[in-house]
Amino acid sequence: MASGSVADQEGKVMLLGFWFSPFVKRVEWALKFKGVEYDYVEQELTNKSTLLLTSNPIHKKVPVLIHNGNPIAESLVIMEYIDETWKQNPILPQDPYERAMARFWANFIEQKVTEPARDALLSQGEQQEKKVKELKEAMEVVEGEAKAKLNDKTLFFGGENGVGYVDIVLGWTCNWMETVEEVGGFKVLDPESQPQFHKWMANFREVPFIKPTLEPTEKLVEYFRMLRQARLGLVANK
Amino acid sequence: MAQEVKLFGMWASLYSRRIEIALKMKGVQFEFIEEDLQNKSPLLLKHNSIHKKVPVLLHNGMPIAESLIILEYIDETWLDNPILPRDPYDRAMARFWARFIDEKLIWISWDAFSSKEEDQGKAIEEACKQLKALENELKEKEFFGGDTLGYLDIAAIMVASWFGVMQEVMKVELLTEENFPILCQWVGKFVDCPIVKECLPRKEKMVEFTRVLLKDFLASK
Repeated sequence: MASGSVADQEGKVMLLGFWFSPFVKRVEWALKFKGVEYDYVEQELTNKSTLLLTSNPIHKKVPVLIHNGNPIAESLVIMEYIDETWKQNPILPQDPYERAMARFWANFIEQKVTEPARDALLSQGEQQEKKVKELKEAMEVVEGEAKAKLNDKTLFFGGENGVGYVDIVLGWTCNWMETVEEVGGFKVLDPESQPQFHKWMANFREVPFIKPTLEPTEKLVEYFRMLRQARLGLVANK
Repeated sequence: MAQEVKLFGMWASLYSRRIEIALKMKGVQFEFIEEDLQNKSPLLLKHNSIHKKVPVLLHNGMPIAESLIILEYIDETWLDNPILPRDPYDRAMARFWARFIDEKLIWISWDAFSSKEEDQGKAIEEACKQLKALENELKEKEFFGGDTLGYLDIAAIMVASWFGVMQEVMKVELLTEENFPILCQWVGKFVDCPIVKECLPRKEKMVEFTRVLLKDFLASK
């Protein structure tokens, strides 16, 4: 596929992904939001395809977006590319300061919510406790932002445009967070101390182009349980 | 409209220097506020309450934190002398490699500089692989940005300055002319740019500063 002629590749959008990856889901949400047609190509975690390895030789990870035969990796970089290439339904705000704030919060979510959650999923004991503590502290900040920005009229961080960049970046929590909690054996979600965040999650889940894409929790739990056992098994055998 | 631009930074912070370079490239007048990172000012803590770090750009009273985000803000606010490329794909590549430097290269290189002897060989090998990947991005160009400095060159100040300093402090060779002729050539051109010359702290000063910063670590080796 990668060796097709330039003419073949013109206009083609391909997304390399894993069904269970929240990073891949983000990119799908961005594409769907804009009504961009794409070919989704499921990858294998342990048997990475030549296409994946040549398209993302640095990180060897999904998602990878291939547009006109050109590969782009890293979900946040891909999202900005999508926003700049297909101008309908903007994901990022127009105003430079608002854009900076959206990027700031996206980075915060990645560093303080997404990464600790993943680390907590794949660790145990003291290591895990440390990550869960970080995660809980970050969720307080997220709740604070939700309290400040959202209300009955403004359901999403994208403001009057509806769903936006920050919503899509944070969106994995509406489905995967419960999975991570169940598999990892810890609790971070708390409707009592995170009322605005829970409202946001409920609203996000119902967005028409988001709802059909959400994988059933049981399926995710089964898969991530296997992933966790594999990782802990490896660590134990070191 | 009168523009008020302030930069909270620190002389030894290359992240802070990135912003100085960008503002100067755009000809933006700004006030520099030197922070004592052991004793952060109330203003800094107010403007970057989440991370409490430099650099923070204050534009007409509105704060922006995180150096790569500030660079994009600067490029979108002052439109002369663009820093990022025009083409969306080129922009995506510039962003990808800037993130790569901050999120992967620096950490892997720190491992290579600081590893125990038995692990060091492998760590150095890995760091060299990453450096080679970055070097390949230069291709036939003068700078990552093409004929002139761009976003990725500014981001790569880490390569131009931090590596040399760390090599001297930790006595570990990583970025050598022999192994990375093209990247080292870029370093030479980068540090020779008049604006960069103005903004780059002197190597001896950085080495001294880093030695003090890492004194406990160095003592334990």
